[in-house]
Amino acid sequence: MNHPPKQAPFCMKSDMVVSSKELPKTDPRVKLIAAKMKKENYQPDALIEILHTAQNAYGYLPKDVLTYITGALHLPPSRVYSTVTFYHFFSLKSKGEHTCLVCTGTACYVKGAQAILNKIETELGLKAGQVTPDNKLGVQVARCIGACGLAPAVVLDDEVEARAVPDDIIKKIRTKTGIV
Amino acid sequence: MNRQELKNIISAEKAKDEINKLKQKICVCCGASCISSGSEEVMKKLNEEIKARGLENEVEVVPTGCMGPCNQGPLVKFLPEYNMYQKVDCSNIQAIVQSQLVDKKPLEDLLLFADSREKPFPDAQEDPFFKKQLKLALKDCGHINPEKIEDYLAHNGYQALDKVLFEMNPEDVIAEVKQSRLRGRGGAGYPTGFKWETVYKYVSDQKYVICNGDEGDPGAFMDRSVLEGNPHRVLEGMAIAAYAVGASKGYAYIRGEYPLAIKRFELAIKQARKLGLVGNNILGTNFSFDIDVRIGAGAFVCGEETALIASIEGKRGTPKPRPPFPAESGLWGKPTLINNVETYAAIAPIINNGGEWYSEIGTPKSAGTKVFALAGKIKYAGLIEVPMGTTLREIVFDIGGGMQSDTEFKAAQTGGPSGGCIPAEHLDVKMDYESLISLGSIMGSGGLIIMDKSSDMVDVARYFMEFCMDESCGKCVPCRVGTRMMHDLLKKICDNKATQLDLDRLEELAVYVKETSLCGLGASAPNPLLSTLRHFKKEYDNRIIQHE
Repeated sequence: MNHPPKQAPFCMKSDMVVSSKELPKTDPRVKLIAAKMKKENYQPDALIEILHTAQNAYGYLPKDVLTYITGALHLPPSRVYSTVTFYHFFSLKSKGEHTCLVCTGTACYVKGAQAILNKIETELGLKAGQVTPDNKLGVQVARCIGACGLAPAVVLDDEVEARAVPDDIIKKIRTKTGIV
Repeated sequence: MNRQELKNIISAEKAKDEINKLKQKICVCCGASCISSGSEEVMKKLNEEIKARGLENEVEVVPTGCMGPCNQGPLVKFLPEYNMYQKVDCSNIQAIVQSQLVDKKPLEDLLLFADSREKPFPDAQEDPFFKKQLKLALKDCGHINPEKIEDYLAHNGYQALDKVLFEMNPEDVIAEVKQSRLRGRGGAGYPTGFKWETVYKYVSDQKYVICNGDEGDPGAFMDRSVLEGNPHRVLEGMAIAAYAVGASKGYAYIRGEYPLAIKRFELAIKQARKLGLVGNNILGTNFSFDIDVRIGAGAFVCGEETALIASIEGKRGTPKPRPPFPAESGLWGKPTLINNVETYAAIAPIINNGGEWYSEIGTPKSAGTKVFALAGKIKYAGLIEVPMGTTLREIVFDIGGGMQSDTEFKAAQTGGPSGGCIPAEHLDVKMDYESLISLGSIMGSGGLIIMDKSSDMVDVARYFMEFCMDESCGKCVPCRVGTRMMHDLLKKICDNKATQLDLDRLEELAVYVKETSLCGLGASAPNPLLSTLRHFKKEYDNRIIQHE
């Protein structure tokens, strides 16, 4: 099975504290995060909830956003960074404009999820966790999306493809992203 | 709202329900699986079709939770006849409506399992898939609209909460749960009543109740379906638990991968709060209980209770040594009760019907029913609920309809990465906590994956070991290092490069990791390996390089 490559830890000194560039306050995404933090009363225990909001808004967690949250919650950067990297759900890198999430839960494994991943690798040259250089498509694996009755399942941009067939998935990805 | 007002609402809803019973009710499955197969589109089309025929006053279309046979979806059910249709799409709705509502007879060709059984059952309840099941936790799932509290109230919803608040004191509630012999449905099977009693006995200004909905096992979707199909039942169970142990605040920790379950549970809280069933002075009593949802962020280890608590506190989800147990010092150091979604779902019927009634279902040591998520190389995959002690053979061959064409049963995997594989010679094993342990597997949360001969058991062990290696939180050495070493050795065997020495080493390591890991993840990580070694030793031996 393919693994997402481990994310290189970003250097805290240069990335999180010193170069904390101000986020544009007018950005609706920043406003969303600010509202969430206010709602949670800036409590450190709501960190994961706030990170969810941030990731929903941006699609991933950019470093300056993390710096902003760190400051607002009065938490050490190490605490935020360690939490973000602990959970699979959070990503420090863009997941791509379009995403292809291959479920590798047990039912999907038994019914050939690996064949789908192999096909994606040979056809599109992407392994799990990778994004095309133009950021058009990102491929990820999920532990289990809980759609075991539909195995093997693939999620293309939030749409679940039931009983996925490798060739069909490649075709659908090509139509969606325009990659040839 | 006080008690009388609730009673008035319930009787009004029941009266409405009685009137509605005269109507034809059409349930469209809007569980996550059926939605993925297009059930929302089907429902839209169905409504249009009914409107076009001017039948909107005679029929009621209801979106419901999971109905069971997920891989046959989208499913549509006509009540009161219980005619169920499978693989409904926009092209065949017209024919179904014509036959069912105008000609008043079921359309046989499209009935549930019509393409796989010799003759389908017009009344789906007669089909072995449903006949062998006993639905308690899932009772209203697939019948009521999970997004309407009124539907739940019409089906005796919140009656159990009403009963405990006005007719029972906390000791009575705990005694009732103890008498039911209900055991934790999250996997370990700890007696629920004893857990409640322990939390109850600790004196503290603040206690917490947590619902563990971090269903991290791959191949399991029971909690998801319960939360999506009947969120109020779980909420009611949590409120009863809070009353029994003396807590005033609850958290439901739900996987981030289940957006629909989160949405419906949050909606349920909102509706219950509006009716005064959650919040301050519930039903006019001095019992107050509020609840928040916490969304998981994808860490399997957070299913472990101390790790889950750390995660709710906004930290890395790493487990702590026990004792102290959460019952003594849990969330923010306060006594905390943690139960699984399915456990809470079992509470309301126990209170309504009595602990004794529940204890008579199932086997002497494992009472009640268990929900399983049936998947893999089986004909009818989906969500089922059976009394404890039902044999694996009944589940696979009667309920599940047997194997998919041209395949032969090889093994059933239970308990996910903490469980094991049951081979064909043990098909008659009773599905209860003890019997599964005696075979080297565990009940786990209820994932049941059926495998055929195309599954290589050594690779299955490697697959689960890879999962545990990836999900190990890294806190204790036996788990962090041990799972990697075992994975590498298993990989070596899979690649036909291992010697007998490697296999011996692997067995030795498995015991070390099992006995010395800090939490359940590490302690159970070797289970899939050990159980495949026990039942499928030959497959390992065939891979070993033989030295002359």
